[in-house]
Amino acid sequence: MLRWASHSLLILLAVPILLGTLIAILPAFGYFPTLGGTEFSLDAWRELVQVPGIKRSIQISLLSGVLTPLIALALVFLYLASASGSKLDNWMRRLVSPLLSFPHAAAAFGLAFLIAPSGLLSRLISPGLSGWERPPDLLIVNDTWGLTLLFGLVVKEVPFLLLMSLAALPQLQPSKHVELARSLGYRPTIGWLKVIAPNLYPLIRLPVAAVIVFASATVDVALILGPTLPPTLSVRVLAWFNDADLNFRFLAAAGAILQLGTSLLAITIWLCLEKLCAVLWRFWVATGDRGTGERLVFFSGRGAMPIVLLVITGSLVALLVNAFAGPWRYPSVLPASWTFLHWTNNFQNLLTPLLNTLLISVGSTLSALVLVLATLESERQSGKLRATAMWLLYLPLLVPQIVFLFGFIVLTESMRWQGTMSLVIFGHFLFVLPYVFLSLSEAYRQLDPRWSQVASTLGSSPFKSFWRIRIPLLLAPCLTAIAIGMAISISLFLPTQLLGAGRITTITSEAVALSSGASRNLIAVWAVVQLSLPMLGFLAALTVPRLLWRNRTGMREIR
Amino acid sequence: MSESKLELDKVSIALNGKQLLTVDSSVGPGEVLTIMGPSGSGKSSLLAYIAGFLAPVFEASGGVFVNGDDITPLPAERRRVGLLFQDPLLFPHLSIAGNLRFAIDDRSADKASLIRQGLDEVGLGGFEERDPGTLSGGQESRIALLRLLLSSPNAVLLDEPFSKLDSQLRAEMRTLVFSKLRASGLPSILVTHDQADADSAGGEIITLEQ
Amino acid sequence: MEAPETHSFSIRFVLLGILLQLTSPATAQSIDLSDWQSLERQARGETVYFNAWGGEPRTNNYLAWVSELMLERYDITLQHVKISDTAEAVSKVVAQRQAGNDDNGSIDLLWINGENFAALKENDLLYGPWAESLPNFKLVNADRFPEMLEDFTVPTQGFESPWTRAQLVFYYDSQWLAEPPQDIRQILEWSIANPGEFTYPRPPAFLGSTLLKQALIELSDRDPALYAPVSSAEFERLAQVLWEYLDALHPSLLRSGRYFPASAIDLRRLMGDGEISLAFAFNPNEALLSVRSGELPPSVRSYVLRNGTISNVSFLAIPYNASQKAGAMVTANFLLSIEAQARASDPDHMGSTPAISISDLDSNARRSFETITRDLAAPSAEDLDRKLQEPHPSWTPALERAWIQRYSAR
Repeated sequence: MLRWASHSLLILLAVPILLGTLIAILPAFGYFPTLGGTEFSLDAWRELVQVPGIKRSIQISLLSGVLTPLIALALVFLYLASASGSKLDNWMRRLVSPLLSFPHAAAAFGLAFLIAPSGLLSRLISPGLSGWERPPDLLIVNDTWGLTLLFGLVVKEVPFLLLMSLAALPQLQPSKHVELARSLGYRPTIGWLKVIAPNLYPLIRLPVAAVIVFASATVDVALILGPTLPPTLSVRVLAWFNDADLNFRFLAAAGAILQLGTSLLAITIWLCLEKLCAVLWRFWVATGDRGTGERLVFFSGRGAMPIVLLVITGSLVALLVNAFAGPWRYPSVLPASWTFLHWTNNFQNLLTPLLNTLLISVGSTLSALVLVLATLESERQSGKLRATAMWLLYLPLLVPQIVFLFGFIVLTESMRWQGTMSLVIFGHFLFVLPYVFLSLSEAYRQLDPRWSQVASTLGSSPFKSFWRIRIPLLLAPCLTAIAIGMAISISLFLPTQLLGAGRITTITSEAVALSSGASRNLIAVWAVVQLSLPMLGFLAALTVPRLLWRNRTGMREIR
Repeated sequence: MSESKLELDKVSIALNGKQLLTVDSSVGPGEVLTIMGPSGSGKSSLLAYIAGFLAPVFEASGGVFVNGDDITPLPAERRRVGLLFQDPLLFPHLSIAGNLRFAIDDRSADKASLIRQGLDEVGLGGFEERDPGTLSGGQESRIALLRLLLSSPNAVLLDEPFSKLDSQLRAEMRTLVFSKLRASGLPSILVTHDQADADSAGGEIITLEQ
Repeated sequence: MEAPETHSFSIRFVLLGILLQLTSPATAQSIDLSDWQSLERQARGETVYFNAWGGEPRTNNYLAWVSELMLERYDITLQHVKISDTAEAVSKVVAQRQAGNDDNGSIDLLWINGENFAALKENDLLYGPWAESLPNFKLVNADRFPEMLEDFTVPTQGFESPWTRAQLVFYYDSQWLAEPPQDIRQILEWSIANPGEFTYPRPPAFLGSTLLKQALIELSDRDPALYAPVSSAEFERLAQVLWEYLDALHPSLLRSGRYFPASAIDLRRLMGDGEISLAFAFNPNEALLSVRSGELPPSVRSYVLRNGTISNVSFLAIPYNASQKAGAMVTANFLLSIEAQARASDPDHMGSTPAISISDLDSNARRSFETITRDLAAPSAEDLDRKLQEPHPSWTPALERAWIQRYSAR
């Protein structure tokens, strides 16, 4: 009876994404009947080549696509090599999920408010240390080469890769292997890098690929932190898509395909880097060196993670200060006065987007949860473990959003299915589903099968076992999956923006739309709302099981 | 009190084409068939086959007859074969009464008094609202046995149920389990490493080889 | 006030409505402009999607107030769809036309002027004429103020209704700058002498485009060609001076011209942070409003360039396929009312310049507009008399395209 579940899961993921990508290809080559394009042509591509600064746009997208995962992965590996089992590690494990729920846009705003020439950091050192009475004329945020964008992406992707690594690590039994390496005279950090790292990497290759695609194709972070003259490729594609002159749609389609190519190129470059690293690695392992560079690894690994934490905390502080700041002249470190005005003035404006955000995130997450649970349960009952192709689950993360959403819009526009709540919820569902699946599947598969076996020997039907045994036992992971799913939905910008046709606004779409046209205070208010929603979700996911099972000591050990 | 009989008719289990075991035996009411053998010999797979949740990677054949009816076509929950695992596996989110109620047929009239009576019989009267996590090992085992009996099975499978208990408790539980099973007239199959288990069970012993 | 209806009438009305819906949805809403009261009745219960630039919180809050009143008084649900560029709305209407959606458009009312109005009107994508039939239209006194009937030289012909006036006004921080430059050429000289003190929003942000037009008008000494549709020959001839000007100006701008603020508000923020000392806005009261809200320091002063600055009128238009035309017109009429205009001009709210003629009001009504007290941060009335007319709308996209081509990737 549950057979349909895993099939429909894959169909629901694959069809819109593959179809959307295919449909985006047609207008790129001139075929777009509603705009009078019925013949194959390369005009859009000729036009695309002529666009001023297009080369630079591609270069920046490539640069952040390759460097973001490289730096983030290096930080995560150095950290894991140097801090596994330490106090810092215990701390990080608890922080990593909330960190991950910090929406991209809010994090980007916070970072901008932190490091801009008139930002919090500059005020902290002025005029005392720097001597600046007025902000220095430095191009930091929106810099030409996208370095701030890169920085923001790294800070945001480190928690993601760390979480993925922490999830994969136990099956490698790292402490046992590192102990073995130590008994052979290796320093623990070097031992970790030589023994665990090469085995861990293959387990997180798909998440790394998702980071490459995201970093090379992000729209919201690039809009906030990225260069403007010219912007990244993805930002330009969105601008062309929204251009008043609908003939720009051909250019936008060609740009979207170029974006797909750019992301693929970034992945190709990454694959070459992989090969290179593998060679270097083998060479390094073959030297049999047991301790050289140990201190470097130790300090960079232990030092980098607190810096990332500090940057994120600083961004959060910058947002909070701005959200409640009265007049705040440079170079005062703190505002002259504090006010709730930014909140009370905007309460009215916040209401509809807030309700929409909740409706969309709850709708998309619950439908994803139902489908994921049905899939996992059918997988369990049929006994075919991991029958679902993992890479298909990653599909929404591996195809640049703007590419398949573009085609998807063309499709839904022709069906006049646009700007409706159901469509936006469906769009969010595509992105929420993989995360709900990834966060729930391990817990679901690892739950001791004997619980269900006991239940069935006691005469309980699979239906009864599912509801009365498995769901209560898995309540905590289910709630966490819901919190993660909602956090993902809350942070989404492009699907809301494109599928909602501007009519359906969420906290995130409004916040990003404000990025170019609002005071810092107002942006901060929206960003604070945006980031507190997922925090509240995680808080609920954490406290509800504790309250519910406060008299059930055995529930603390259930996995 | 049920008087039932459990027959294994040329039950044979193979993994990847390799024969693990073949058993052909019959267990009468109140009797215990003991199966001994090293790990990997397939004894747990045999229990899984009888209970109805053998993983599809195994190839199994043969009939399992309870009172003359072949139960192999039935899904696990309709076979009425109880199983005691190494661990008591009390559902941690339910109270003791909740655990016991879960086992009792939904059509039973007075569940509460069945539970009260059962708890008294195993010496745990008044434990209804206790959190299973607060019970001692012996108490947990007794609840697990009671839960199994309350599900009114036609046959019982014991998968090394005493191996995790300390030696004094082990002897105590053996006596309790076997006397209860005998008193209920249930045919049982015991899988174990422990010769003392087999001796205490007092029935036919089949020794499997690797 | 509601006219009594007979039972049979209302049933017939409903039946008629159903019949019309069945036969041709395009004419489902027949509008009779001569009978305003029945139009207001017809508009009851409608949800009007008002697409208006959402980049200014003061405007957004004002429209939130309007929405409340519309619901209360006219039973109209006014939804402010905040767009970042009016061109987005234009493209939506065009897309709907291409998709064959001629009757159920997603936009009912649109804040518009200039090239966007010209584009829609030229392609017959506007409903109308209706604007001059609004009961409140007489308040603008178009005989005395002919600019109310002309949008960037294009006659409005009743296809859009005036809403507010705007004029380019410069402001500076007197703490850092004592004597601000008085014309476009002086801005260049001053900027070269004081690098990093000035910048402008990057076109096609409308304020940036307006500065380009202001510079073009001044540098070309108001060449008459600017007030006719653009031709490539005229564009080449006139724009050349502008590019020379900008090429000279950019290196001395903030961040050496490698970064331009995204919008009017970004520009204001740079001023508030003390990054620049000269800026400009399209709302004459911008500096005053921002000083009051604490966004700008009290040392900010406003002025108008000595040769005058570009001024224009913001209008409201209804797309040809709007699904709630009656509701849209009732909204437009309300926005033109004395009450709505007075609130809009109140510096505690939107602080815009009214579109209606204040001097024609009776003294009682006039009083509600006298909330703008003289303020150091506001430009003087004499300053605001120095107005320049917007060039023909075709110049705007031409300038924007050329600017992007020249400067967006350097």
